[in-house]
Amino acid sequence: MKLQTHAAAASTFIADEPRTDWHDETLWFVRSKRDKAAHGIAEWEALREWASKIKEHTLSNLDNYLIEFEEKAKANGVTVHWAANGAEHNQIVFDIIRKNNIQKIVKSKSMLTEECGLNEYLHVKGIETVDTDLGERIVQFRNEMPSHIVLPAIHLKKEDVSETFHRHLGTEKGNNDPQYLTEAARQHLRSKFIEAGLAITGVNFAIAETGGFVVCTNEGNADMGAHAAPIHIACMGFEKIIPKAEHLAVFLRLLARSATGQPITTYSSHFSKPGAGQQMHIVIVDNGRSKQLGRTDFRNSLKCIRCAACFNTCPVYRRSGGHSYHTAVSGPIGSILNPNLDMKANADLPFASTLCGSCSNVCPVKIDIHQQLWKWRQVIVSEGYVSAGKKIGMKGMAFVLSKPALYRFSGKAVRSFMSLFPFLFRTKKLNPWYRQRQMPEAPKQSFTDWYKQNKKA
Amino acid sequence: MKVGLFIPCYIDQFYPQVGIATLQLLEKAGCEVSFPMNQTCCGQPMANSGFAALSKGCDQNFVDNFSGFEYIVAPSGSCVLHIKEHLHGADEEKVNYIRSHIYELTEFLVDVLQLENLEANFPHKVGLHISCHGQRGLHLSSMSELMEPAFSKPEKLLGMVKGLELTKPKRPDECCGFGGTFCVFEEAVSVKMGKDRIAEHAANDVAFITAADTSCLMHLEGILKRNNSTTKTIHIAEILNSSIA
Repeated sequence: MKLQTHAAAASTFIADEPRTDWHDETLWFVRSKRDKAAHGIAEWEALREWASKIKEHTLSNLDNYLIEFEEKAKANGVTVHWAANGAEHNQIVFDIIRKNNIQKIVKSKSMLTEECGLNEYLHVKGIETVDTDLGERIVQFRNEMPSHIVLPAIHLKKEDVSETFHRHLGTEKGNNDPQYLTEAARQHLRSKFIEAGLAITGVNFAIAETGGFVVCTNEGNADMGAHAAPIHIACMGFEKIIPKAEHLAVFLRLLARSATGQPITTYSSHFSKPGAGQQMHIVIVDNGRSKQLGRTDFRNSLKCIRCAACFNTCPVYRRSGGHSYHTAVSGPIGSILNPNLDMKANADLPFASTLCGSCSNVCPVKIDIHQQLWKWRQVIVSEGYVSAGKKIGMKGMAFVLSKPALYRFSGKAVRSFMSLFPFLFRTKKLNPWYRQRQMPEAPKQSFTDWYKQNKKA
Repeated sequence: MKVGLFIPCYIDQFYPQVGIATLQLLEKAGCEVSFPMNQTCCGQPMANSGFAALSKGCDQNFVDNFSGFEYIVAPSGSCVLHIKEHLHGADEEKVNYIRSHIYELTEFLVDVLQLENLEANFPHKVGLHISCHGQRGLHLSSMSELMEPAFSKPEKLLGMVKGLELTKPKRPDECCGFGGTFCVFEEAVSVKMGKDRIAEHAANDVAFITAADTSCLMHLEGILKRNNSTTKTIHIAEILNSSIA
């Protein structure tokens, strides 16, 4: 399937302006809640610095910490699996399912399984996986991807949810009462939890010194699944590791405040060993992370703790919606992670930004997101993933701007933007500027001309 | 104090009045200002589009024009930030000197000249647009995302202008959506962002929107004019240089 570029998809999204305004305001509200929560902590900036340093240290010693984690987890009675890529991850999960002859699976939110396409893979094998996070269940019914990593159905209004539940759960048509709809989802999911033979969860933090891991949810659905089902599989990208349990004191304080403005998620569930008669598996996944770790300019993108603060603050994300990024992890962080996974398919993403820098400022682990967007642009152009037209235009511009006399000549000839920046013609078809904006009025004299006439000795 | 005046290409060609105001303002403040005649551009349009590799000629031209000045000043946070972060050249000493001695106009007036008063008069209601590169890149003012004490160099200067009533939009430092070539390659988002900024200033009933970057203002002006708005855009240098008529 040929995917639309971000610009094209965003333009479609914006065509419904009231809905765009609603989307923008909803996410800005979350950003404002984050500000308020951060202001409530005197040492906020110090916490960010510590979190950043802990993650940097961990990324530099990842091999040791991963081995330590594996040893400790095994000693706790957990089975540890290693997956080089998404396909291996999916195969490992499938093998566990088949070996135990499982029919029904529940899954709490895991962006890693989205990244690996697990649901689709299992569907093809005839196994149905039920997403138990409310937002994820909604988008799963609709056969959509999450549009946000923390708020998967944030692109939908309650009317959309009502319609979806009417179709899939038989709720009353046109009943948009959130309480009614949530209750319907609750009853529906309750039966899925009871029937499930296996529960899949993500991992927020994996602790090297204990071999345990922490899963953060607001709905308690990870716990419901993992405690009820005889088998628990936790899937994690290898960057989820932190050295010590005490480091949770830094990360748990930052995560929920950055994500939604809550002091802490409703559930911070600590898992360490399987219950009596239960199995616990951890799948540790690379899927391009080693490659990213080897890219000097981009390695620290692996510090990400998936809070989505950069989504909520991004003026472009708020006005284009997560689906316009055509990837599992969208938003600013997705735009610096995804070119590593597939540079050609995601060549548009680093350009879906004004480089305003707000993302880097809200990031709780201080990833220099906007700087990396700039650097990815350079890589993408040097690798040739750019249109011929743009390349010719840029070469022409660079030539003119390196020759002062030619620059002045072009300037004088056309008062000169037209020749310097060919997109600035007054036709809406050829000139995107002119579609919704007037051109600047060309003055008779440039500043240089004025200076020559009035000032030059 | 010998100052080399850098007037970014699009200001030179389209907004000469901004260059004139900057020059006059610096001279009033006692600077000896020169405008090197062979300057063109900082190279940002290429670099932000991923073509930094093509800006060598432009960079060299910048170094040739601006070496030897005590300070370099420009009425654009964005172009200054680009020079600070991305200027390259064969002569590293010259490049490093330029990188560390180039100033955006308002930071130069506040930090270097330590201006405490101005002979300026602008009896209008003015909305301040905070340009991202000046703010988050050069730290001209505190940022809403960070937990830091509030300050603003542009606001400090506007506070010295007689008659000026300053207002701020509801979201104090959201991007206007210009973003260099973003404004054409992501036209829909760019314009929507600009419209939303304008709506917040319009809610304050301002006569003018000002900023320390002409690029943001050019974008906002284009939208205002298309919609036949009576609100005008004006660079901060023009306000600070305005005198009693």
